[in-house]
Amino acid sequence: MPKLTVDGIEVEVPAGATVLQACEAAGKEIPRFCYHERLSIAGNCRMCLVEVKPGPPKPQASCALPAADNQEIRTDSEMVKKAREGVMEFLLINHPLDCPICDQGGECDLQDQSLAYGRGGSRYARENKRAVTEKYMGPLIKTVMTRCIHCTRCVRFSEEVAGVDEIGALYRGENMQITTYLERAAQHELSANVIDLCPVGALTSRPYAFEARPWELKKTLSIDVSDAVGSNIRVDSRGREVLRVLPRINDDVNEEWISDKTRYQIDGLTSRRLDQVWIRKRGKFQPASWDEAFKAIAKVKAGKKVAAVAGDMLDCETMFAAKALLGAMGSKLIESRQTGMDYDVSSLPAVNFNSTFAGIETADAVLIIGSHLRSEAPLVNVRLSKAVKRGAKIFVVGPEWETTYPATFLGSDVSVLANLPAEVEQAMSGAKRPAIILGGGGFAAGAHGASLALADKWNLVRDLEDGGTWNGYNALHFSAARMGALMLGFVQKGGIADLVKAKPALLFALGADEVDFTQFPDALKVYIGHHGDKGAHAADIILPAAAYTEKAGTYVNTEGRVQFADKAVFAPGDAREDWTILRALADALGVSVDFDNFAELQAAMVAAVPALGEEGLADYGADLPKGELKASGEISYPIKDFYLTNPIARASVTMQRCSAELLHGEDLAEAAE
Amino acid sequence: MAERHLEPDTPELRERWGNWSFNPAWKAKADEAISHYPAGRQKSAVMALLDYAQRQVGEETGTQGWLPIPVMEYVAGYLDMPIIRVVEVATFYTMYNLVPVGKFHVQVCGTTPCMLRGSDDILAACYKRGMRKGHTTEDGMWTLTEVECMGNCATAPMVQINDGNYEDLNTERLDAVLDALVAGETPKEGTQEPGRHTSEPSGGPTTLKEMVTENHDYRGEW
Amino acid sequence: MLADKDRIFTNVYGYQPWNLAAAQARGDWDNTKDILAKGPDAIVEEIKASGLRGRGGAGFPTGMKWSFMPKEPPMDHNGNPKPSFLVINGDESEPGSCKDREILRHDPHKLIEGALVAGFAMRARAAYIYVRGEFIREAETLSAAVAEAYEAGLIGKNAAGSGYDFDVFVHRGAGAYICGEETAMIESLEGKKGQPRLKPPFPAGAGLYGCPTTVNNVESIAVAPTIMRRGASWFSSFGRENNKGTKLFQISGHVEKPCVVEEAMSIPFRELIEKHCGGISGGWDNLLAVIPGGSSVPLVPAEQIMDAPMDFDGLKEVGSGLGTAGVIVMDKSTDVVRAISRISHFYMHESCGQCTPCREGTGWMWRVMERLRTGDADVEEIDMLHEVTKQVEGHTICALGDAAAWPIQGLIRHFRPELERRIAEHAATMKEAAE
Repeated sequence: MPKLTVDGIEVEVPAGATVLQACEAAGKEIPRFCYHERLSIAGNCRMCLVEVKPGPPKPQASCALPAADNQEIRTDSEMVKKAREGVMEFLLINHPLDCPICDQGGECDLQDQSLAYGRGGSRYARENKRAVTEKYMGPLIKTVMTRCIHCTRCVRFSEEVAGVDEIGALYRGENMQITTYLERAAQHELSANVIDLCPVGALTSRPYAFEARPWELKKTLSIDVSDAVGSNIRVDSRGREVLRVLPRINDDVNEEWISDKTRYQIDGLTSRRLDQVWIRKRGKFQPASWDEAFKAIAKVKAGKKVAAVAGDMLDCETMFAAKALLGAMGSKLIESRQTGMDYDVSSLPAVNFNSTFAGIETADAVLIIGSHLRSEAPLVNVRLSKAVKRGAKIFVVGPEWETTYPATFLGSDVSVLANLPAEVEQAMSGAKRPAIILGGGGFAAGAHGASLALADKWNLVRDLEDGGTWNGYNALHFSAARMGALMLGFVQKGGIADLVKAKPALLFALGADEVDFTQFPDALKVYIGHHGDKGAHAADIILPAAAYTEKAGTYVNTEGRVQFADKAVFAPGDAREDWTILRALADALGVSVDFDNFAELQAAMVAAVPALGEEGLADYGADLPKGELKASGEISYPIKDFYLTNPIARASVTMQRCSAELLHGEDLAEAAE
Repeated sequence: MAERHLEPDTPELRERWGNWSFNPAWKAKADEAISHYPAGRQKSAVMALLDYAQRQVGEETGTQGWLPIPVMEYVAGYLDMPIIRVVEVATFYTMYNLVPVGKFHVQVCGTTPCMLRGSDDILAACYKRGMRKGHTTEDGMWTLTEVECMGNCATAPMVQINDGNYEDLNTERLDAVLDALVAGETPKEGTQEPGRHTSEPSGGPTTLKEMVTENHDYRGEW
Repeated sequence: MLADKDRIFTNVYGYQPWNLAAAQARGDWDNTKDILAKGPDAIVEEIKASGLRGRGGAGFPTGMKWSFMPKEPPMDHNGNPKPSFLVINGDESEPGSCKDREILRHDPHKLIEGALVAGFAMRARAAYIYVRGEFIREAETLSAAVAEAYEAGLIGKNAAGSGYDFDVFVHRGAGAYICGEETAMIESLEGKKGQPRLKPPFPAGAGLYGCPTTVNNVESIAVAPTIMRRGASWFSSFGRENNKGTKLFQISGHVEKPCVVEEAMSIPFRELIEKHCGGISGGWDNLLAVIPGGSSVPLVPAEQIMDAPMDFDGLKEVGSGLGTAGVIVMDKSTDVVRAISRISHFYMHESCGQCTPCREGTGWMWRVMERLRTGDADVEEIDMLHEVTKQVEGHTICALGDAAAWPIQGLIRHFRPELERRIAEHAATMKEAAE
């Protein structure tokens, strides 16, 4: 714990801290461009120079200098001031003065810091500024490389975090240029994070180009629903329109990153929207009023013969309201596993990501069963690559995919679990923190029992030498609604087959688009959701509801982490927040539920499932049931197209374009603007 | 010192170089280079392999050689390293030719020690033959580059043409070298000053005179 | 004058073959085993006592540098000991420097033997000799000499019969001055762009492949065996206190006979030129200025250099430095502004581009220098340029920024009237043209 002084203020910092961190601990702001907490230290921008005693009589880069006992740091001396002003001048001589047409304007590190350290005018007036040709980086990243200040954050991100070495700095000296290989599109699920990392306007958001200025935007704290990670996001909106989604920092969940789908599916929120009530008459949808729809639903007189299927992006409140409605009607026919999965849900720890995302970084041997992590949970994949950097060994059962770290594929049939190679047995049984990750493909192929048997054999739940505990058993879901549904009991023992068997007369599809509706030929199918996607096409009545940005709600991620999202904008047209529709249906169907407003709904939900009332990890305990090691079944991954996994993404022009260009190789590259 | 750029990745380029690989002779050298570094550090050999690749391309094209994109990709594959890292290396170091060059790559040192001893004249003599900095003559014979200090300062001015240095130049001596090259001859490398051996003072060494004629062992005088 | 018997590089001009047999006949590889038998610590102490300072430019005491290497190897992640490496810097690219070339092509066995002695002293398992890419023939010769040494059992397993295993590898550069910076050289050896690393960590702690590494100049290593044979006191009998030994001087530019010559340290400039170079072109009155240590050091006007001792301290006293002892002489016919501007161009060309002040500053400085060359500038821009050099100097990751700044500072310090004269002349011409 070195003790040092910063501008005379004494601070004590953890061993291994840098001088920059010590300065921050002393409350001194240190300007920086290249330094980023989550990337390796480059020390190249030279903006963070401070004066250090003892040391050579020149300023030192505080980001790279270890803090040491008895150092005297000055951030306010003449030497430091001159150094920073000098660096700022150098950064500006070749930086264009195009702030008025730059999308970074208003949230630009260079702009902000030039206010503090910039000169009034340029002394580089007699020379021409450098011009750099644009570089194509794909459908998401817009480049204006003349603005680049060569901090190399984007290079380091793609290598160190995304694990895909595709951005580099070519040439040298003042001709150094940042580019992807042959100006090909950045090809990974996290590519657009470089936009946030870029301290200037060199890399900006292509879909968001010239849309808005940051100060015009309303900022709403929300939770992403494009996968089960529960990335913490900020939804920036203007009027009724969501203009962009940015990551919020949450070290436990998404750190500082979000997937490209999280960020860019939002243009799908304004197309293919269900914004009015529709009733199918003689095979064709006709516009209708809420009243007509409710009457038509009531006319079925379903009684108890009513069922509900929940979709992948639902909030807990909607599911709870639906459960309450069906309960009032006398039915327990509710299920959220749309595609028919029927794994055992009697134990929550057996279907939860128990290690936590932060914890999986510390695993030293990991067996992945049936998960294509890069597409199912790109941010968990990032965690895993960190584990590998610390020495973890990774084994995968399932079809091969392009990992971002060394991994050994063991075959794609789950039967291999009963007969693992000695190398795997050795690594897993010898590991201090062994872990299993069971993905959707593994669940579907019937590997749940076998994974639990292995968890038992390898003692995945254990006390550690350091006194802590370790639970290495992990289910990795893909649906944002999954853990909430499991906590709410929105499941049947036999899965959706139980619903089919009951032959309901009335079926509510709550944002459920992956259901095989032909299994319910006799039911009146009511789709309550926001997009005219597969579920709506199969429905008899459509009731327009709210997307995740248009309602407040509680979500539980695959770690069992309860998180709350705020409402950013109003749903379009006649669309209503889901719970209000369900509440109105109760009246229409002549039953009563005990909530009249959102607060009451939440209170009732928390009364039923108290863990949903508290943000953070729900405690499911660590008692894993025993399972049967013998299993067989070919694994296939549920996601065929990372960019088009949900109705919002499928309606998104940006996601369609990513799919076409990045996954299907269609040549959409246009000449850089 | 023309601005460097990568030769565009065209179907024609792919067609010409897409199936390129080391021939046995260069492959043996490449594997030898890789063996100089610890296991798993084969990336260290990237500079050597790019050099060998360029030389093999040179043999195949009758020039000094260059690095087409597919050849860099081959090297990246050979060393199991990301292609962008190979391109970074190829574009950083100036001896890798990123575009095709002529049969003879005339690299005139223009840095101060050579400049003081007449590199302007040397460049002028090159211009006179139709060479232009950063360009290859239409007959494919010459590519001219002004390079930075080549470390031959005591025998300045100098040019390096492909692998050979020609030092102590003046216009006539340069012309003689270039003429010889055109004629398919192999001009003597090193100093072009009659009577000078290497970097001793012109007219004979002021020290170690015994060494001129015999492999003198000075230990007896210690 | 240094006696021939006290010259280390007796084949510096390559009159005799470089090969092993000839080198051995001159005294190289003579019972190297006995040198190693003294033990690593004794070798380091001997080199320390000799007063040898690094010959690559910075002049850091060589023995002390070797002593920074760990005696017990640090452990890697898996608990295995890390090897140590010696990296020999033959990336000779500093304008004015051309001495390592002569060692590489004419006396390579001195270097290879030195690699073994130094490598053994620092407990290294191998040496990588990094030869600048443009030294094509030199690398060919060196590689052949290394092969000879392996063949003769002088390096490799049980090197020279010492019981010590030691490998020597030649690694060729490919055109980048910056790789002469020790951490850039390590990056380059690892197969990357030659961009200097941040220090700390220093190479002796974490260098090549994260292992303890020492980077030494070719000349520093090549003199080691002779120092061991003849003793520290012999080497330190040459030169002034703190500036000991013999040194390869390289004299270029406006002397009658440019050359490379080994002389005693501290030899006065005048003596060096008179004895070996046939004097200044046009006589001593025609001497304008000298860049005494390679392009990175500031120039020194004629009157100050003439009798200065050519060593670290003597040249420091006249505001410059010994550097690599690459002496660039300029007579009065020199366009001194152009001479320095061309050096500025060199640094712009060789900037790796990594850190801001150097990437942006070297280009800026060169452009202003070019305008000062023609006089197309304002007088205020002289001070501005000086300020810009100060904004680069001391603010970069490596010393290239300093090296780019100093020549310009030297020019302004000593030739401001010339700069102002050109500006005035240019302004007058423009005015005349306008009328």
